[in-house]
Amino acid sequence: MSSSKITKVTSNISHNEALIFERSHPGRIGYRLPALDVDEVALDELVPVDLQRDDDLEGMPEVSEVDVIRHFTRISTWNYSIDLGMYPLGSCTMKYNSRLNEKVARITGFANLHPLSPEEGSQGALQLIYELQQDLIEITGLPGISLQPAAGAHGEMTGVMLIRAFIDARDGKSASANRRTMLIPDSAHGTNPASASLSGFTVKTVRSTAEGYTDLDHLKELCSSGDVAGLMLTNPNTLGLFEINIREICDIVHKAGGLVYMDGANMNALVGVARPGDMGVDVIHLNLHKTFSTPHGGGGPGCGPCCCSAELEPFLPVPRIVKEAETYRLDYGRPQTIGRVKAFFGNFGMMVRALAYIQTHGYDGLREATEAAVLNARYLAAGLTSDFDKPFAGDPMHEVVFTDKRQSRKGVHTLDIAKRLIDYGFHPMTIYFPLIVQGAMLIEPTESVGRAELDQFVEAMKNIAEEARETPQVVIDAPHSTRIGRLDEAAAARKPVLRWRPRSTAKTA
Amino acid sequence: MLEAVGLKSADQLFESIPSELRLHRDLSVTAPKSEIELIACFEELAAKNKSASRASFLGAGAYSHYSPTVVDHLIQRSEFFTAYTPYQPEISQGTLQVIFEFQTLICQLTGMDVANASMYDGSTALAEAVLMAERITGRTKIVASDAVHPEYMDVVHTYVQHAGIELQRVAFDSATGATLIDSIDGLDEKTAAVVVQSPNFLGCIEELNVLADRAHALGALLIVVVTEAISLGLLRAPGACGADIVVGEGQSFGIPLSFGGPYLGLFATKDKYARQIPGRLVGEAFDKQGRRGFVLTLATREQHIRREKATSNICTNEGLIALAATIYLETMGRRGLQEVARQCAQKAHYLARQISSLEGFSLRFSAPWFNEFVVTAPIAAERILQQLATRRNITGGLALSRYFNDRPNDILVSVTELNSRQQMDDLVSGLVEIVG
Repeated sequence: MSSSKITKVTSNISHNEALIFERSHPGRIGYRLPALDVDEVALDELVPVDLQRDDDLEGMPEVSEVDVIRHFTRISTWNYSIDLGMYPLGSCTMKYNSRLNEKVARITGFANLHPLSPEEGSQGALQLIYELQQDLIEITGLPGISLQPAAGAHGEMTGVMLIRAFIDARDGKSASANRRTMLIPDSAHGTNPASASLSGFTVKTVRSTAEGYTDLDHLKELCSSGDVAGLMLTNPNTLGLFEINIREICDIVHKAGGLVYMDGANMNALVGVARPGDMGVDVIHLNLHKTFSTPHGGGGPGCGPCCCSAELEPFLPVPRIVKEAETYRLDYGRPQTIGRVKAFFGNFGMMVRALAYIQTHGYDGLREATEAAVLNARYLAAGLTSDFDKPFAGDPMHEVVFTDKRQSRKGVHTLDIAKRLIDYGFHPMTIYFPLIVQGAMLIEPTESVGRAELDQFVEAMKNIAEEARETPQVVIDAPHSTRIGRLDEAAAARKPVLRWRPRSTAKTA
Repeated sequence: MLEAVGLKSADQLFESIPSELRLHRDLSVTAPKSEIELIACFEELAAKNKSASRASFLGAGAYSHYSPTVVDHLIQRSEFFTAYTPYQPEISQGTLQVIFEFQTLICQLTGMDVANASMYDGSTALAEAVLMAERITGRTKIVASDAVHPEYMDVVHTYVQHAGIELQRVAFDSATGATLIDSIDGLDEKTAAVVVQSPNFLGCIEELNVLADRAHALGALLIVVVTEAISLGLLRAPGACGADIVVGEGQSFGIPLSFGGPYLGLFATKDKYARQIPGRLVGEAFDKQGRRGFVLTLATREQHIRREKATSNICTNEGLIALAATIYLETMGRRGLQEVARQCAQKAHYLARQISSLEGFSLRFSAPWFNEFVVTAPIAAERILQQLATRRNITGGLALSRYFNDRPNDILVSVTELNSRQQMDDLVSGLVEIVG
């Protein structure tokens, strides 16, 4: 590797742009509707005056169409995005979003279809949902499925509620009331305990070993208390390691009368290679907005299908989408269901995109994507080990964790390294997660990046390591190339300003 | 590259997975399709959705409104649509400023102080509002109107079933269609919140200020849910009527019907409850040079910090849909929103006048309404709707029997600015043909 210090970016123009409210001019408009084509009646006769707005929508913007275009185009340039380059956020799986998937999701027959259309008029949509269900069943090896949850955490909540409903039915309400503990590893995503809590469970934490795996002895000890409803496990775990004892883990939990929930956030390491259903897992959620490439869109939308064993299937949310002969229909007749988790059928538009992803990749493409994702992470792991502390010896799957242990001796911490990476043209990795690793830097390159950019990333990180040794202040003060510097988040939280107000009415603090 | 990491084959990448747990065969999914094949395949599926090309008077929580061309154009900018959650503010100011503007717009429309960055949809936003009311008041009873969207109440039931919350339902007046305020017997000092939808599921506008007074007199909160967000362009803001939490479905703000999602959950409340709100919030912040920017803030409410004690488990929300709604609201602007709302109301009342003048048809409820109304037909609603679809290629509305067994002849009809007079006149002559 060269030491030419070529970075991915050079400084460039950056446009200033105010809030739209500060651009607004009375009387300016950016829309045109057809003239009203029915006889107009005085509004007060339709809706009594005291039920009408009395503020004339004051404060809502008044701008032209070109104002809108420039406004959003300018502020868009302040974002980093996958289309600009590698986005190595660990556990987030920021992979390329195919424009073909966008195109097919916008076909009028999908985009203009009302969710309460009669079944006869929505057979294509129901068929699409059914086909995606069949593919995800094959990919996970679990025969029950609902696509209703809108995101990963929503799928988690659904999965944990299935466990609760199953245990209630199996043990009877009074006995199951003593089985309200959910075990969650200390490396888990924060959504896991939050979802367990929402479903009425008390959380107990399972320790990880020094090698980064679930501590079997601690798991056995926790399971011996007889109150365990289940375990929520991410696999590969959030340290990027495959839980080699997964079968034994499932056996321990099952013998204790509990069920195993797998957080599918890291399925990008497994698709086409191994299936949770074959490992003994009872229920899993998938993130179509991670593994199956639907766009993250600055925070969503997602789609969090919940896949489960035959035992748990009767408890899935309604309606279920089923096939009878050549007809698809909605099935509400599931007396043991946990109920609905969302109005209508879930984020259908994301399902269209995910099915397009699966069909354009095919069985071999899905496996190749998994291989490339793991190979890329392995390549980064090899490239960074000489300069950064790698706390776990195990071979990483699709993501790898490093720490700031060596750099922190010079007062350079993970946050500083992350911010300095921005100056080299990369989005930072996930930082300070998992919580059990001090100064964690969790790196997930995904399959959507080639060797040249991986090499650039490694070089950037090595340069930062060198800076941390030689000129640490450069790193500590980073970023130097962005439109704004580090923002004072503590002050923002102390006196939160969460909306714009007109100058005349703005509260003076 | 395999060599660079000391491996000979791709299989070796997975050696940490025990062999008996590996899939030693190809997945049974399709062979890869080219763009041409995929488009043909999806076009064929889409063509089976015959309802998508019919003139439609279906509403009931999802509405067909015009979306200016710039909305879909701008949301497809790579910088928005392929960005992650804005955890690194220095390179996410675009997304963060959009959310700040979105929060402001939702506050202005609902008449509230603070709005979050979005929830999954209206139904889950309502469920979260109920949980928030329980946290704020420490009370465990919820009194909810029967005229709230039935699927929303199903979702609320699912969310609260393990939270020790009692859901009590209160009827609507069979003559007016508005929630029966006098019969809110269950409303007492154990009540955390009263939940109403306005306009309600039957289209009727609720008397929110009266409901707010009743709730507040007993120390309960008023939660108002709005499913037809365009109504906010004309109707008194729930916040101005005394609502404590306003939630809603933002799909009407330029978002395609897309068979039920992705949509946009709106969530707004008063300043004093800001620290109890679920989901992400964006706030103003400054750097060392005093330049204004925006950051995710009050994160100590959220799951990644507070874990099982978080205000909600939500992480991924509806970011891109919130962007689309923001562009919609800013493009339509102050006057456009008023105009859309006015046209919806005028057209809907025109259609209602035409239908109610037909022999055997009548408007079911007498309370004021916005753009949705219930028609009682002389024969079964299902039969009329089937006939309208086959004879006229029109989706005439929703048979209320889908949710209310005791209303076989009632049809919920919704009208927006996209329904032309021609479509409405066709619907009316179709009704005459079928019943006459």
